Amino acid sequence: MPDSAPSETVSLQGNHACALGALAAGCRFFAGYPITPSSEIAERMSVELPRVDGVFIQMEDEIASMGAILGASMGGMKAMTATSGPGFSLKQENLGYAAGAEIPCVIANVMRGGPSTGLPTRPAQADVMQARWGTHGDHPIVVITPDSVPEIYMQTIRAFNLSEQLRVPVVMLYDEALGHLIEQVRVSDGGDIEIANRKWAADPGPEFSPYAAGEDLIPEMVRPGDGFRTHTTGLTHAENGFPTQDPDVVEQYMHRILDKLEIHKGLIESYETIDTNDADYLVVAFGITARAARRAIKQAHEQGIRVGMFRPITLWPFPVEAFESIIDGKRGVLVAEMNAGQLITEIERYRPAECRIEGLNRIDGETITPRQILNRIQELADRE
Amino acid sequence: MSEADKQFNIHDYLREYLFPHFLCPGCGHGIALRALLWAIDELDIDKDRLAFVSGIGCSGRLGAYIDANTFHVTHGRPLAFATGLKLARPDLEVIVITGDGDCLAIGGNHLIHACRRNLNITCMMLNNEVYGMTGGQVSPTTSDDRFTTTTPYGNHEPVFDACALAEAAGAGLVGREITLQTPSLKDVLKQGLAHPGFSFIEVMSDCTEVFGRKNDLGSSAEMVLTQKASVRPDFLENAVDQPFRPHQIKTGILASNDRPEYAESYRNHIDAMKRDHGHA
Repeated sequence: MPDSAPSETVSLQGNHACALGALAAGCRFFAGYPITPSSEIAERMSVELPRVDGVFIQMEDEIASMGAILGASMGGMKAMTATSGPGFSLKQENLGYAAGAEIPCVIANVMRGGPSTGLPTRPAQADVMQARWGTHGDHPIVVITPDSVPEIYMQTIRAFNLSEQLRVPVVMLYDEALGHLIEQVRVSDGGDIEIANRKWAADPGPEFSPYAAGEDLIPEMVRPGDGFRTHTTGLTHAENGFPTQDPDVVEQYMHRILDKLEIHKGLIESYETIDTNDADYLVVAFGITARAARRAIKQAHEQGIRVGMFRPITLWPFPVEAFESIIDGKRGVLVAEMNAGQLITEIERYRPAECRIEGLNRIDGETITPRQILNRIQELADRE
Repeated sequence: MSEADKQFNIHDYLREYLFPHFLCPGCGHGIALRALLWAIDELDIDKDRLAFVSGIGCSGRLGAYIDANTFHVTHGRPLAFATGLKLARPDLEVIVITGDGDCLAIGGNHLIHACRRNLNITCMMLNNEVYGMTGGQVSPTTSDDRFTTTTPYGNHEPVFDACALAEAAGAGLVGREITLQTPSLKDVLKQGLAHPGFSFIEVMSDCTEVFGRKNDLGSSAEMVLTQKASVRPDFLENAVDQPFRPHQIKTGILASNDRPEYAESYRNHIDAMKRDHGHA
């Protein structure tokens, strides 16, 4: 999309909305590898990026795609890749490098059924934990899970903003059904959206330390060629960028990269609530499942059941404080997800006494229907 | 000694505040690094424009000692990272330092595709026939019958000829040299750096402490002299003494071509697209 195009409402597939959101956010580098059901992101980027003097490259594999976007990002470009389950597994190694060396990047994972090759053309929401814990070691990561095509567009822009501001990898996590769903999207002309950029270090003085951070815990980034000549490594490093095993320095580093998300959680966390204030029951759902839940809740209201919905948009870090205030006083919670029970393990951590938590899970490659959710809401209410 | 050698001062290029460095006594990697910096010095490349990308292993640690933009990335992936960096920043002189395990085993797929694309990157692969950092396990270049910690009864696997692989995959320039011939190594690296496409330079290094000790190959000096006796420089290609040089490890510039450089070809395609379709 040329920068000068006016804002307009167009019919877009979820994956194309992801690509156009990235471009609107300033993404100018895409490296990818074909994989169903995410390939349309790469295809759209291969059309659009050359028109705005960006770079598109199809690499030899998923690992190389992830490596290439980190190289481009360190070169100064906003960069992204896109994949699905098996490819996301392969990207985990370099995703950990991005988390540890604090390299901004966005990874779209369009979820399909698993394990292994699984169900390439069917939706699932079974990468909740892979998105959080797929790479090894304690690490910071942000995971965003939209529930509509317009939200894919807007949240992809926000994914870049967060990644650039916080120097953290951000995952756009949505399922095949959303990826291929076509909805109306208002595509921005650039004037009405907020774009955040990374902080560039300005003074390559002798005392400069590339990983020294102020109170915001985010070190300024160094652009090669600006005279800094610094070192970037996946080894645990001191503020000067060089490897260390000094326990005090290691602990300081670990706390900083983990705490930076904690202190900026107001910027990161987002969620949607529906009728939660006077509800007895709560449905927790995200992505495509939240759309079914919305309808089920409406039908339950018509039957006189007081039920609300909590929808995390930022899946990780989970919006804990908001959720704790909402779950307080609820008699029962239904966690609906297209997996065998992943998000429910997080929800159970915040269970108040006297609150029943149940899962509604679907693992057959089909989406959860409003009827399934309504039935389970009725069962929760009938048990009282 | 040439004029250039007299002027070259390696101390100008090192982060000596990190010394003592971590290489073992007798390791050939330091000599290779010297030759690389010497080549850079003769080409008069601005340090701020130099970007070194290295992977994991002994070779991967060299980058940290160079006073430039240095990136120490994941195992086997320096060429993938370097591809993104070079495409984003064509103004940088991107140099990959890798090893036989990093480049030919875990990173083998990236090597052949880097050669195929022919992006303007110089890749220096240090071949010491062994995984030294992890304690001396067999690598894709470990010679026949050699003992390593994972070939306790001798190696039976065939070796990769890295240069033949790179040439077949289309690398713009392919060269090989031993560390003992440091000025020649410098010249080969210099040609690699000056070449507009992808250059693959294999440096026959030596691992005295781990590999040499395990195989009774003697001191570092003895190891490099053995190496010297087994190589055949390109200028002796048609020499009459061939029967007396049975090992035939060829050194020098082994292949070069003038295939289009990737980034230039990409830009040409985009320009043509904009002309043909009226995209401004």
